Amino acid sequence: MFKVRTIEIMVGVFVAIGIAALFMLAMKVSNLSSFAQQEGFHVTARFQNIGGLKVLSPVSMSGVRVGRVTAIHYDQGSYEAEVDLVITGSYDKIPVDSSASIFTSGLLGEQYISIEPGGEERYLKQGDRIKLTQSALVLEQMIGQFLFSKAAGDTTQ
Amino acid sequence: MSEMTGSSETLVQVRGLKFSYGRRVIFDGVDMDFLRGKVTTIMGPSGTGKTTMLRMIGGQLRPDSGQVHVDGQSVPELSRRQLFELRKKMGMMFQTGALFTSMSVFDNVAFPVREHTNLPEQLIRDLVLMKLEAVGLRGAHKLMPAELSGGMARRVALARAIALDPLMIMYDEPFTGQDPITVGVIMQLIRKINDTLGLTSIIVSHDVAEVSAISDYIYLISNGKVIGHGAPSQLAASGSGWVTQFMHGQPDGPVPFHYPAPDYATDLLDGAGHE
Amino acid sequence: MLNWLQRLGRGALDNFAGLGRASLFLGHTLSGLPSVLAHPRRVIAQLHSIGVLSLVIILVAGLAVGMVLGLQMYNTLVDFGAEASLGPAIALTLVRELGPVVAALLFAGRAGSALTAEIGLMKASEQLSGMEMMAVDPMLRIVAPRFIAGVLALPLLSAIFSAVGVLGGYFVGVGLLGVDDGAFWSQMQSRVDFYDDVLNGVIKSVVFGIIVSWVALFQGYDTVPTTEGVSRSTTRTVVYASLAVLGLDFILTALMFRDV
Ligand SMILES: Nc1ncnc2c1ncn2[C@@H]1O[C@H](COP(=O)(O)OP(=O)(O)OP(=O)(O)O)[C@@H](O)[C@H]1O
Ligand SMILES: [Mg+2]
Repeated sequence: MFKVRTIEIMVGVFVAIGIAALFMLAMKVSNLSSFAQQEGFHVTARFQNIGGLKVLSPVSMSGVRVGRVTAIHYDQGSYEAEVDLVITGSYDKIPVDSSASIFTSGLLGEQYISIEPGGEERYLKQGDRIKLTQSALVLEQMIGQFLFSKAAGDTTQ
Repeated sequence: MSEMTGSSETLVQVRGLKFSYGRRVIFDGVDMDFLRGKVTTIMGPSGTGKTTMLRMIGGQLRPDSGQVHVDGQSVPELSRRQLFELRKKMGMMFQTGALFTSMSVFDNVAFPVREHTNLPEQLIRDLVLMKLEAVGLRGAHKLMPAELSGGMARRVALARAIALDPLMIMYDEPFTGQDPITVGVIMQLIRKINDTLGLTSIIVSHDVAEVSAISDYIYLISNGKVIGHGAPSQLAASGSGWVTQFMHGQPDGPVPFHYPAPDYATDLLDGAGHE
Repeated sequence: MLNWLQRLGRGALDNFAGLGRASLFLGHTLSGLPSVLAHPRRVIAQLHSIGVLSLVIILVAGLAVGMVLGLQMYNTLVDFGAEASLGPAIALTLVRELGPVVAALLFAGRAGSALTAEIGLMKASEQLSGMEMMAVDPMLRIVAPRFIAGVLALPLLSAIFSAVGVLGGYFVGVGLLGVDDGAFWSQMQSRVDFYDDVLNGVIKSVVFGIIVSWVALFQGYDTVPTTEGVSRSTTRTVVYASLAVLGLDFILTALMFRDV
């Protein structure tokens, strides 16, 4: 038979461990931490084709994660996809002439935005737009182009 | 013998009670009255339904027909809430003790008090120790039920039954398994509680001598019927064969010792036919 | 033949009657919730015997399952050069499925059977009856706090199971097999959604907590009050609760992860 006090302490420890586990699942395992961490600045970029890019997809520089995609919509004026990014506040020295490309991690992995730094001395800040962009490589398009150029080459020969 | 119908001096009144477990008839038209302030005993051979009768009075079983009135209320017709209200006025000591095995002796006795009153813990402690003192087990208040002997467990159950000073107390076999000294103490205790607090006591027992000494009135039941009733002295002097057999503990007589069964010889010969 | 049909019919009737009693029982239990809220200490005592005492088996099983997942998934993923996806693969399996389900099965075996045996023995030794005669409703005093404790404990236990499992997978994947530390966590974070995956897993475990506690308490309360009856009810708790968990898991998964 345990004393009431011992029981209550053990139950307290149990509940604390349980809540810690939930907290870990939320912050360390899932993406809730990226919701919470709102500080940073927003920039936009327009792409001809975003492929399989999704909201919450990572944004990285030299392979290091520096931010994420917060919104994607279609811009009727330019007939392009407009992507909103949030960049973590501490990465505030990204030259304004940097370029953004959509890459795929691994052969079948998910897509992410990679930023290649430019040479300007001025840096991106809240509300700026990354002008140089490179769309996602769409596998079907590439195969189509390859076949087309091959066929064209054959006829000219 | 006087007729005692429906008057307010009757606390518990049973009329035309019929009850059966499946096909086995337990009561076949039983009338009983339990007077306020008196000690009334139900006696009868093992398995006649004495415990069942207490459960009827407590509202845990419903009769097939007939009436059970307690303190003017018809028990089978009460709602659950009303029944629980009524039970607060009843104490019951179970044949097996029915102590809560997860609680100490102290907590067992304190249980009904804590459930139904808001007394401060200090007062509860005094009250519980008083009740335990009365059954001679104050020193055992820290023990768990598993550490008690059968007789001690029953005494704790008795202390618990009287913890709330109810209006009436039902004792199911209070003397069985007790040493002679304890039997004496419990007898005195039942009588004393009954008289000083003005309670009504209902005892179920086989122990003719003890019961005769402390009861005001005795009902003898057998085979689903009341086969005799009266004050102990009247019953002892009764000429009826049934009553004499029971009161004097004779093995053979009109009261059957056996559970109802087909003829012995046929049963044995039939044996091959069973699965 | 007729005998056989009769037995079938009686079996069906018994089952329906049992289902009816079980529903009434749940209703009665739920009606006891206000009284439980008035006495939170009763729940704490039960959280101890239901939750704390199940903790060790949950920790050990969670760690073992996570480590095995790490090993097995690594072997498959490495063939595609996708071992960076080990993190999300382990986490999604645990958070969506294995965490809630395995924790519920262990809970049924460890805590459910104990609940049934406890209540069944209380019934067999007339403790419940005695309580009723003392004008205390055992449904409110005994059953309802245990039910609440069960419903609270299982989600915590299955969160612990998943978290420990992820750590076990991390230990094997990153520690032993050399998967990149940063990729393990960042891939996991970008692929596991808090609402779609973690929260749905928690909802599953709440449902399982209700089911297992209900089955266990009802089997105890409805037991044939003998030694044999209690032992049979205990077995039945483990079997019924496990089957119910597995069946419900399929339905819940179909409802929750339809479009993911
Ligand atoms: N739940 C039950 N189902 C079927 N029959 C029962 C049940 N409980 C008791 N009985 C039967 O009812 C009869 C009366 O039982 P009860 O317990 O009232 O006897 P009793 O007079 O108290 O006996 P004892 O003096 O041995 O305690 C017994 O013959 C028993 O076989
Ligand atoms: Mg009896």
